[in-house]
Amino acid sequence: MKINRRQFLKIAGASTVLGLGGTAVVNMIANDGLEASHVMTDERALLAKRWAMAIDMRKFTTEEDYRRVINACHSIHNVPDIGNPKDEVKWIWSDGYEHVFPGQENEYMEESIKELPFIVLCNHCDNPPCVRVCPTKATFKRKDGIVMMDQHRCIGCRFCMAACPFGARSFNWKDPRPFIKKENLEYPTRTKGVVEKCTFCFERIAKGLIPACVEASQAIAKERGGEPGMFFGDLQDQNSEVRKILSSHFSIRRKPELGTEPSVFYIIGGENNG
Amino acid sequence: MRIYDGGKIIIGLVIFVGLVTFPFFYNIGKPNVKPEPKLDTPEIQKLTEKKCVESKAFMRAEHMKLLYTWRDAAVRAGERIYVNSEGKQFTISLQNTCMHCHSNKKKFCDECHTYMAVKPYCWNCHIAPKEKET
Repeated sequence: MKINRRQFLKIAGASTVLGLGGTAVVNMIANDGLEASHVMTDERALLAKRWAMAIDMRKFTTEEDYRRVINACHSIHNVPDIGNPKDEVKWIWSDGYEHVFPGQENEYMEESIKELPFIVLCNHCDNPPCVRVCPTKATFKRKDGIVMMDQHRCIGCRFCMAACPFGARSFNWKDPRPFIKKENLEYPTRTKGVVEKCTFCFERIAKGLIPACVEASQAIAKERGGEPGMFFGDLQDQNSEVRKILSSHFSIRRKPELGTEPSVFYIIGGENNG
Repeated sequence: MRIYDGGKIIIGLVIFVGLVTFPFFYNIGKPNVKPEPKLDTPEIQKLTEKKCVESKAFMRAEHMKLLYTWRDAAVRAGERIYVNSEGKQFTISLQNTCMHCHSNKKKFCDECHTYMAVKPYCWNCHIAPKEKET
């Protein structure tokens, strides 16, 4: 059979139209019947442009205060207590001044601050290096500033742990389940081979609750009277709790020289001039 | 017609056909138990309207796609409310919504998954409901 150019073009055109029409028909038949369904944000959810935390270290006076704040987080998030520093998994913990603010220490510093353990957690940086290096986008920055972990995607490469200048990430070297004293049945555990960290309680914010550690510090303040040691709020909102406390107190952040723009602020020493 | 080395070839063919059809002969007469996921949990009994988030036919065929949508909505987008095709709202959560009603993972999830030899890794992290051994 011989065809000339004109006939060829006709056939090509007709088959293109048929092909496109065909996919439309197939799509119509294969419709999954979920046209009317959709997902949306809970109306109770707390919203912000950039979530941040301020930690007033003057309010942490006893060992019990640290323990309660850390436990509040670790117990609801099923964080295992493995009990050896090599395999340790932590979301919020305490560390000394020289480790938390390296380069800002000096020999003649006030003894009380030199010895003080600081509450540390993921800084939810505005410019997070962990997010830049993650090859699977398992860790990503949400619109509200939270640096989230999607355990479903984590392949355990630990690039994020190398990238994080704050040591905020822990790797699950072994199955964490046997090391969880009491499982919170409402929250998943993690599995062997994934990296985990603080998520600013994204699951609580979605229901209109503040992070568990902040709630614990408010409970402590209630018992004792006075202001709580932790504040949570929107950095972009002038009237938020965090902005109010930051505008009336001197605050510092961890390793600001690295340019990651941490969203966790520390208030250390000084009179209460708020 | 002559086949060169016919004897060897025919013996080989018989062995081959025997091996390939072995599973069929082996399972002849054995009862083929169909998976029957059970829905009779106390939580479901209490429901006045016994309905899942979508129709039974849809859930049976597409639950894995729905779970993927839920996963991405909750973890990546932070959207935790699912509005179904009838306009009813549900909280997006495997542990707190799905498994609240289907508290019988062994008789509900595993029944078909084992039969179909699929091994979803949901339960490596998500905590399965505590069940009494039956």
